[in-house]
Amino acid sequence: MITRRTAILGLPPALLAAAATPAEAALTGRAYATNEKDNTISVIDLAQMKTVKTVQTGQRPRGFDLTSDGKRLLVCLGDSNRIDILDTTSWKVLGSINTPDPEYAALRQPGNNPLYVSNENNALVTVWNIDTQKMLVQMPTGVEPEGMAVSPGGQVIVNTTETTSMAQFFSYGTGKNVANVLVPPRPRWAAFTHDGSEVWVSSELGGTVTVIDAKTFKVLDTIHFVVEGLRSTFIQPVGINITRDDKRAFVCLGPANRVAVVDVPERKVLSYVSTGSKVFDATVQKYLLVGQRPWHAGFTPDENYLLTANGLSNDVSVIDVTRLRVINTIPVGQQPWMVLVSPA
Amino acid sequence: MLGAIATAVGTGLTRSVSAQTTQASPTPTLTIGYVHWVHSVETISYIFTPPLDNGRSGAEVGITDNNTTGRFLNQNFLLSVVETHTNEDPVVALNTLIAKGIRLVITDRPAADVLKLADVAAPHGVTIFNAGAAEDALREENCRANVIHTAPSYYMLTDALAQYLIWKRWPRWFLAYGTQPNDLLLAAAYRRSAKIFGAHIVADRQYKGKAGSRETDSGLIELQEQLPVFTQNAPNYDVLVCADENSVFGGYMPYRTWDARPVAGSAGLIPTSWDPNSLEFGGRQMQDRFVAYAHRFMTALDMNAWVAVRMIGTAASYAQSLEPDKIMAYMRGPNFQLGAYRGLSLSVRDWNGQVRQAILLSDSGRTVVSMSPQPGFLHQFTVLDTLGTDKPETKCKLTTAQKG
Repeated sequence: MITRRTAILGLPPALLAAAATPAEAALTGRAYATNEKDNTISVIDLAQMKTVKTVQTGQRPRGFDLTSDGKRLLVCLGDSNRIDILDTTSWKVLGSINTPDPEYAALRQPGNNPLYVSNENNALVTVWNIDTQKMLVQMPTGVEPEGMAVSPGGQVIVNTTETTSMAQFFSYGTGKNVANVLVPPRPRWAAFTHDGSEVWVSSELGGTVTVIDAKTFKVLDTIHFVVEGLRSTFIQPVGINITRDDKRAFVCLGPANRVAVVDVPERKVLSYVSTGSKVFDATVQKYLLVGQRPWHAGFTPDENYLLTANGLSNDVSVIDVTRLRVINTIPVGQQPWMVLVSPA
Repeated sequence: MLGAIATAVGTGLTRSVSAQTTQASPTPTLTIGYVHWVHSVETISYIFTPPLDNGRSGAEVGITDNNTTGRFLNQNFLLSVVETHTNEDPVVALNTLIAKGIRLVITDRPAADVLKLADVAAPHGVTIFNAGAAEDALREENCRANVIHTAPSYYMLTDALAQYLIWKRWPRWFLAYGTQPNDLLLAAAYRRSAKIFGAHIVADRQYKGKAGSRETDSGLIELQEQLPVFTQNAPNYDVLVCADENSVFGGYMPYRTWDARPVAGSAGLIPTSWDPNSLEFGGRQMQDRFVAYAHRFMTALDMNAWVAVRMIGTAASYAQSLEPDKIMAYMRGPNFQLGAYRGLSLSVRDWNGQVRQAILLSDSGRTVVSMSPQPGFLHQFTVLDTLGTDKPETKCKLTTAQKG
């Protein structure tokens, strides 16, 4: 990892980090990455740009969420058939939710409750009170539910079903299925715009992002990605992160080893950030090259930086959001699935 | 709880699975037919004895998956299975299904039967899904416009293995093949793949031993003497490639060659459309669903049948119709894609009805070693078309009339 990092700009890591950030907000706080292969969570100190602690978890940690105060981390342990609620200071397990094959879970905000869980093997979304660890309701879905998003305000929940290729909408109050929107194959992720008007859904095999009207559930647009010199089959969009001002979306392109930067109102790809290139050419960047197979990403609270979890190179890329450059690469555990920066 | 999805007629047992549905009024339903060949064979490895529900259980899990989707789209799918045995005429079974108005029929019967079924089916506007037969002639000189091949062809399988062996820099092959007609076809496919990808067959030998029973007392000692003799005095080679479609000798090759060499093909490193150890690309979920349903591991034939059912279900979702004509038009169209747990999505080659798909390379069913196409093998349109007969080489001519 070190060799590749230094190869990017030909500078040692410390210099690289220092050189990249002089006029910008200091990078501070902590980030967490779930490593699905070695059953750990890497705790990253962003000021030092390194993994400072590795927490052992149950089997196959993948999706996770954080409470709004950053004090609790809820991690899906797919092969242990439970979700553990961890204290992010002591790393003690505060409680567990026993639920089969959880892949991803999202908290309803505001309020840190309830927790929406994609039970991938059971074609179910289950809803849990995280304080009592009791199930409130379960909602049948298509085959292999995965991506999940809660609308701002928390009235609508959207789930993506990988094998059924649908974005499925559920009402918060009744748990009723209110709409099913067919999208290109293998939808992995959904994200609401912060004004609540649109839902963006990535299709890993379709190679697209579908923009859906969150009120009428009509498809407004389909965004395609083209990277010169790369076969379209390697462009497999997964994670979507939209800035709070709804201007930019960052889409992780999996085996393309890039993050696409999309203008949200225009629904056009602006550039592609690379995360794993040996030669970093700032002049021709259209997509950000990151490490290998980025699936999910997380912003720092000030949205000055975006971190990507690169599943095949076992590292986390740090992207300078303003300058659209990868400024550092931080080694984590094996097969990082998701990364989030602590909100506080 | 509506509808039994699997109904066996004829000689077999009835097995029913309830489709989960929340619809109160009757849901529009499409019944898919399955002419199932109930048979097994003696295999060298006892644990790989083909189960009697081979293929059929894959189709049944596919129906459940279709209905998990369909319950949200007001579409319901049923499977009507007719069991046939080796010496029975499958046309009788097909006519039973046609009489019920069924127009999409899966079969795992051998190549000659697929051809027969296709020709009986054509005037009725019935499409046959070939889940079992690998013979390339079915896709080429004997191609039929009303057949979709979910089974990969011999050429696809041998190209998949060839790409890996070339990537590995093992270009010198000892080809060992059996005496049955399908062994000769498979051996010819290996010779073709070697030529295309730049391998050299430095020894090309037929194993004339007969299919015997499984190990008898002291049989191991005999094999230990026979197989080194069969493979001795060969020019220097990198890998022994075995074409043994009938499980006569291939399984005995590993560790018994005269020279210390790896074995591939029908034993050792095996090209296949599925392996129960394949967990990548969401495969874990497929394996778990299958084992929970069938109480055994999922075979390649199960996958090919699952693919057929899911192709129909997926095309029905996107075409928003249960009409066979609309389903087939969408399936053959440019937008059709099916995710099938092998990375790149599956689609139909419009020149011969073959489903393009990645091929797994299995370590005799223990682990997945690799998946082809291999890096570096490029194609103008899709890397999946580096496997098998490509459009410029095809001998298949589907007329508009044939496409029906």
